[in-house]
Amino acid sequence: MESASTDAPTPYIANTAADRAAMLARIGVRDLEDLFAELPARFRDPPLPLDPPLAEADLQQHFRRLAAENADLAQRPSFLGAGAYRRALPAVTAALASRSEFVTAYTPYQPEISQGTLQSAFEFQSVVCELTGMDVSNTGLYDVASASAEATLLAARVTERHRVTKRHRVAVLEPFHPHTLDVVRSYAYGADLAIDAVPSADDLGTDHACLLIQQPDFLGTIHDVEPLAAAAHAAGALLVVVADPFALGLLRAPGDAGADVVTGEGRDLAGPPSFGGPSLGLFAAKEAHLRQMPGRIVGRTKELHGPTRTDGSTADPRTGYVLTLQAREQFIRRERATSNFSTGQSLLALAFTVTVQALGPHGLRRQADRCYQTAHDAAARIAALPGYAVVDRGPWFQEFLLRGPLPAPQLLQRLADAGIVGGLDVSDRPEPEAAGAILTCVTESTPPDHVDRLIAALSSLEQASLEKTP
Amino acid sequence: MSAPQPEDVGARLAFDRGAPGRSAVAVSAWEGERRPLPPASLLRDSLRLPELSQPELVRYYIALSRRNYGVDSGSYPLGSCTMKYNPKLHDALAGLPGFADAHPLAPPHDVQGTLRLLWELQQALGLITGLPAVSLAPAAGAQGELSGMLMIKSALQDRGELAQRRRVLVPDSAHGTNPASAAMAGFTVTQLPTSATGSIDRAALQRELDGSVAALMVTLPNTLGLWEESIEEVTALVHQAGGFVYGDGANLNAVAGRIRYGDLGVDVAHFNLHKTFSTPHGGGGPGAGPVCARPDLAPLLPAPVVQRTEAGGERTQEDAFSLARPAHSIGRVQQFHGSIGVLIRAYAYIRSLGAPGLRAVSANAVLNANYLRSLLRDDYDLPFDRPVLHEVIFSGSRQRRESDVRTYDIAKRLIDYGFHPPTVYFPLIVEEALMIEPTETEPREELERFADALIAIAREAREQPDLVRSAPHAAPLGRLDEVTAARRPDLRWRPPSAHPEPVERSP
Repeated sequence: MESASTDAPTPYIANTAADRAAMLARIGVRDLEDLFAELPARFRDPPLPLDPPLAEADLQQHFRRLAAENADLAQRPSFLGAGAYRRALPAVTAALASRSEFVTAYTPYQPEISQGTLQSAFEFQSVVCELTGMDVSNTGLYDVASASAEATLLAARVTERHRVTKRHRVAVLEPFHPHTLDVVRSYAYGADLAIDAVPSADDLGTDHACLLIQQPDFLGTIHDVEPLAAAAHAAGALLVVVADPFALGLLRAPGDAGADVVTGEGRDLAGPPSFGGPSLGLFAAKEAHLRQMPGRIVGRTKELHGPTRTDGSTADPRTGYVLTLQAREQFIRRERATSNFSTGQSLLALAFTVTVQALGPHGLRRQADRCYQTAHDAAARIAALPGYAVVDRGPWFQEFLLRGPLPAPQLLQRLADAGIVGGLDVSDRPEPEAAGAILTCVTESTPPDHVDRLIAALSSLEQASLEKTP
Repeated sequence: MSAPQPEDVGARLAFDRGAPGRSAVAVSAWEGERRPLPPASLLRDSLRLPELSQPELVRYYIALSRRNYGVDSGSYPLGSCTMKYNPKLHDALAGLPGFADAHPLAPPHDVQGTLRLLWELQQALGLITGLPAVSLAPAAGAQGELSGMLMIKSALQDRGELAQRRRVLVPDSAHGTNPASAAMAGFTVTQLPTSATGSIDRAALQRELDGSVAALMVTLPNTLGLWEESIEEVTALVHQAGGFVYGDGANLNAVAGRIRYGDLGVDVAHFNLHKTFSTPHGGGGPGAGPVCARPDLAPLLPAPVVQRTEAGGERTQEDAFSLARPAHSIGRVQQFHGSIGVLIRAYAYIRSLGAPGLRAVSANAVLNANYLRSLLRDDYDLPFDRPVLHEVIFSGSRQRRESDVRTYDIAKRLIDYGFHPPTVYFPLIVEEALMIEPTETEPREELERFADALIAIAREAREQPDLVRSAPHAAPLGRLDEVTAARRPDLRWRPPSAHPEPVERSP
């Protein structure tokens, strides 16, 4: 039936004028505005000078224009890493993680109709435990930085419980991602913890609740975790390792080297970088810390009663998954909860799980190896250029310190003039090796012709700087 | 022929499927010159992950998706969660390559489109909330709360009052995140009782307000679905006592476009964009929880914020937008800049609706909740008999008293009728609470079907209580043993041969 005009106010609202009139009559109210009568009259219905509404096609055009104001990255070689790495994601990841039954569900409070979310969260917990070598994982936190901050709070709680004196300091081993450190400091301000950025594990004291390290470190180098764990434990502190889960396809699991808590960033294996978010914080721990963990945890269980067969008999109870150990959480424990965490990153956790499971043990290892080899090949070619040096800081994975014939800011600017984002300026870092250097990242999904263009640009820069020298 | 037993999908994880040697994606090995790997002591020697072909993996996760219920499946009247329909267009817009491929540390010149969008979203949220100092950084509501409480802590420190002002007042109807966030910011929590009319007990508030109070946290409208009576007087009292007012904006959907938090005396607030601004909830995230504040608190906002360069000139015009750290920022709360993909969707929602659309949203959300209230008020108890806003809270105490049927049972029985149950047992102060938030996107006929189902269940509770107590009967699974799950935690896959308990390594 065709009506005189479109009567519903938006495409997402069904109620027409006739519906509203009938509903108001049932409610016993004359006018829709009467439903807001309790709002203070003098503040009601203020001016709201938003842009006028856009219909679907207009909105699409508007957003295409906005997106086009960003650089076309397919045409712009970029060697930025520093916490966000371009990964080759299997097509199945987006295909499965975009199923609307997953996408449009809420937190699984009703397990009987939320097994999809719950069982895939259990897969996620299992994958994270296998990658990190830890005993238990939650269903994910916001991002690597907030997960690492939560780990320091856990460490403070755990060490406080076991000792007479409160451990109110956290030691962070440099080089450590400055933004992650910033977030750790924000949470520490709330918890009245002090943060010490230290150059060596020798600086651990008796008032440190934990040693926080990054693997590989912020400047790309792979730590030997075991002696760091030993140093932390000798000082009575926990070891928290912030690990790149992709690199763990190749590297020793931190749990096997003695870590007490492992955090990490899962976004790069879940979806596009999207200017850094939404992200996915990994959080796994030793079993001893299970009841101090933040966030949601899914457990496996059985039906209370088996289903009834067609012949009337009762079958065995089936396996199912539920949110569990909820006595830690804010909606039960309120101000005594282990964290205020509620809505998290479930959809990214699902996508992360599909990626890792699609790759499988051999695919992930091969991909990580390919990343290592691609990066080392590029670094060797750059190091062979006259005027350039790749700083030797020991074994590294996908990022390296690069020094050239120009100071770092000028080097980056000249590369930018050539249409290349050469990396991140780290020349003002405290580490002596970083002096004058940029942090350059190459991964398995960096196109080979982008590497060629970088090398050509660096080479011509060197020529130009030689010619300018009197 | 007897019916075959359906597969016990939960009994076999991806880890239990497939076979060694299978893989769901082809990965090519490095074919160039091989450089030596790091020493073996730094490398892993084994990795246990599933080995499935691509069809096996896809069928497994499709089977899981079919055991899930989303807003696209049907009504999802989960109180306090604002489970409205999520426009498909907005997912596509957030996925435009220009937005999706942007590296978080890209030079500002390369991300002007994203920065412009984020700046415009900051402006729009400032207009809608009346709190013009906006940071989009917090990843979700609870992180917005923590950010806001850290800002209050920092403001008190600047005033030299932090040592004495360590108490935060929180109504007993509040979300659990409120007291938990206050505690994470280092405050102690004093709970305020709720009056008989469902607002903050004024006498109790006045008793507690003294020089030790840092802030009052208040949810507007509150979790009972009710307007907080004389809120502007409440905020004035708190200010007179030298405290701040923190606003929990989780329920903005009820009043968007109709009232501004800033006008009411709220100093800092967070807003759950995944609720009011209709971004998909993903089975528990991602969300976005921007924090909005009075202009004088702008220097304390979490970093970063997006700023616009007003000056002219060719170069500045080109790079009109940049990220900045507020002068006295509480710091970052995420490694990068916020849940950008969610923020893009929320901005699309605001642009598609404009002011008239937002007002239609709140009008129809409130209309739908009141309609359900009128349809169900004869069959279920109403603990607070006032007109409601975005949600209505019933109590199942009559059913419990008369038939020993609990709210839990009623919720499970609703599944058999094809609906997602409402929030139950929250707010904590309502006995046998059924918290129903239909949202504006449910058609009238669906509301009537939902009410009919609840009325039928009330009748079943009287006539066939066992049927209700043993529900659900039509779900993929029956009730699960949550007690054993908590007592004997089974939290991850283990290989069939492994010892069931993990072996603790000595440090």
